[in-house]
Amino acid sequence: MADTSSQPSRSRDLDKLLLRPGNLVGATFEPGPELRDALQEDFVKVLVVGAGGLGCELLKDLALSGFRNLEVIDMDRIEVTNLNRQFLFRLEDVGKPKAEVAAKRVKERISGVNIVPHFCRIEDKDISFYSDFSIIALGLDSIEARSYINGVACSFLEYDSNDNPIEETIKPMVDGGTEGFKGHARVILPGVTPCFECTIWLFPPQVKFPLCTLAETPRTAAHCIEYAHLIKWNEVHGGVAFDPDDPKHMKWVYDEAVKRAELFGIPGVTYSLTQGVVKNIIPAIASTNAIISSACALETLKIVTGCSKTLSNYLTYNGAEGLHTKVTEFERDKDCLVCGPGVLIELDTSVTLKKFMDILEEHPKLQLSRASVTHRGKNLYMQAPPILEEMTRSNLSLPLLDLMDKVPKDVLHVNGTTVKKDEKVTCLRKLRVVFKGVDGVADMDTAGGA
Amino acid sequence: MAGQYTCPICSQASCQRKRTKTRTISVSLFILRLLSLCGLFSSRTMIRLFKVKEKQRELAENASGGAPVKKQSAGELRLHKDISELNLPKSCNIQFPNGKDDLMNFEVSIRPDEGYYASGTFLFSFQVSPIYPHEAPKVKCKTKVYHPNIDLEGNVCLNILREDWKPVLNINTIIYGLYHLFTEPNYEDPLNHDAAAVLRDNPKMFESNVRRAMAGGYVGQTYFPRSM
Repeated sequence: MADTSSQPSRSRDLDKLLLRPGNLVGATFEPGPELRDALQEDFVKVLVVGAGGLGCELLKDLALSGFRNLEVIDMDRIEVTNLNRQFLFRLEDVGKPKAEVAAKRVKERISGVNIVPHFCRIEDKDISFYSDFSIIALGLDSIEARSYINGVACSFLEYDSNDNPIEETIKPMVDGGTEGFKGHARVILPGVTPCFECTIWLFPPQVKFPLCTLAETPRTAAHCIEYAHLIKWNEVHGGVAFDPDDPKHMKWVYDEAVKRAELFGIPGVTYSLTQGVVKNIIPAIASTNAIISSACALETLKIVTGCSKTLSNYLTYNGAEGLHTKVTEFERDKDCLVCGPGVLIELDTSVTLKKFMDILEEHPKLQLSRASVTHRGKNLYMQAPPILEEMTRSNLSLPLLDLMDKVPKDVLHVNGTTVKKDEKVTCLRKLRVVFKGVDGVADMDTAGGA
Repeated sequence: MAGQYTCPICSQASCQRKRTKTRTISVSLFILRLLSLCGLFSSRTMIRLFKVKEKQRELAENASGGAPVKKQSAGELRLHKDISELNLPKSCNIQFPNGKDDLMNFEVSIRPDEGYYASGTFLFSFQVSPIYPHEAPKVKCKTKVYHPNIDLEGNVCLNILREDWKPVLNINTIIYGLYHLFTEPNYEDPLNHDAAAVLRDNPKMFESNVRRAMAGGYVGQTYFPRSM
């Protein structure tokens, strides 16, 4: 690394963390220049999901923290309203893909860093794309996108026969989020700390106005806007789907909302409020993004290098009235359908779906009757409704291995009824099915003994 | 060194975690157990792991090519549970236009056997989000209907579809809720203002309007295709 030795000051701050031993470090922390330089190796690759308010900060922070191989994915183009806080973008960039401009700007400013942009939806990438990264940093604004990435990261996780997560299969995530003056940063180590789905209840439900209030008795500017957006739009435009990213659509909704507000004598409808209500936007504060991003970047560095204990596991920040910040250690949901180990079941290759369902009924940990079975989006058998039962009935006599596309080791989900404290309850369970005597599973059987 | 215990996590000899009786298990498992106890991740291992993983990945790619796999969202799994536990009255029927593997988009037809709407058939489309049940399904009425709580574009005013949605509710609850709208139309939550006013002020006339609309005909200026 010729350029690091010629510019020793470049990593001066990082060196303080990575070159010296300390009391608060992880037990296996091995300080030294090798550790610092390893950050630059090809095998340390960080994916930043989102190149918006948090994403811009994250890219800059990670690049300045010594990471050299970054990739960024974002489907959006730059809008004028982004410029106040998404500091990598300039007026002349409006309309260009965020990921591409963000990558270019950081590369221009920080020599030696390599950033690959991906201008597409997160769902457009194969799962193998995500498996490439050592760690994934999330700068997202939707529950849906988080849930998707979380599902992908957890899909790499494997458990041994004692239900302990296999270390090499853990894909760490660092998730940041902000809303106005509030924000959170969390560390997700699937199988070790709660995944996004374990704690989805943390997100409050969206406020939705009753449609009849919108139609009959609007009282606020937001009611007028939602009326124009949800009811009037369809009335006038029939089959045309409303596109919140089309300024013409937004202007139409705004104009209609103004008319409605005048009719009912309601003040306060503005274009920016219209955007806010329709797209569910909460005004973003640049400094909140900076604070949350720095926490996320630091956690990323800590996870990778071991230079300190990691955040355990959920930091909340509130800068609205004074400053309040707190770290909560949330617990995993042991039965989480996404990150949990599920129940391990070993089967002979000849087992039919019907036989498999009998096994579930007799299995001491499950005792699951009336099972419906689904495998990677394919419904193998459904108890109800009758139309689906009929469509899936012919599968009952087929070997399960065939129904699972000959994959010898995979996750299935079943639901049915079981008995708990003398009461029949319905339950949905994750199963890890392993077929005995098929290539590729021998090592699985022996891992961890038992 | 012998006998001197230091916790591999916090490096302190006094750490109480040493009481954990997992010594017989292999070392890596032991550390993992502790990791989950302390919420700390042994990270020098992490960076070394990345290197190992990179090698493994290269090998795996050369070997198979890695078939891309479809994964199921948590929402799909929960919906699977809802659907496989459906318990509908005879008057309600569910269809899956995209086949047995797309449960996220389906249709429900309701054929009330009592009330103003008896013997009409009303079709509803359901669109379920990947973060279901955090978010309620989007439900539209595909049949043009003269109804105080359903407008002519198919928007439905049912509290559990919007302001009162809770993740403990399910598809069954929604279908029963929709059925209820036909047996007990209610003029207090109007989406079709005119229909609500007629129901409130002149139930006899409301009844005949409903009959006319279901048979296929005009109510005021609005034409309703036959729905019975």
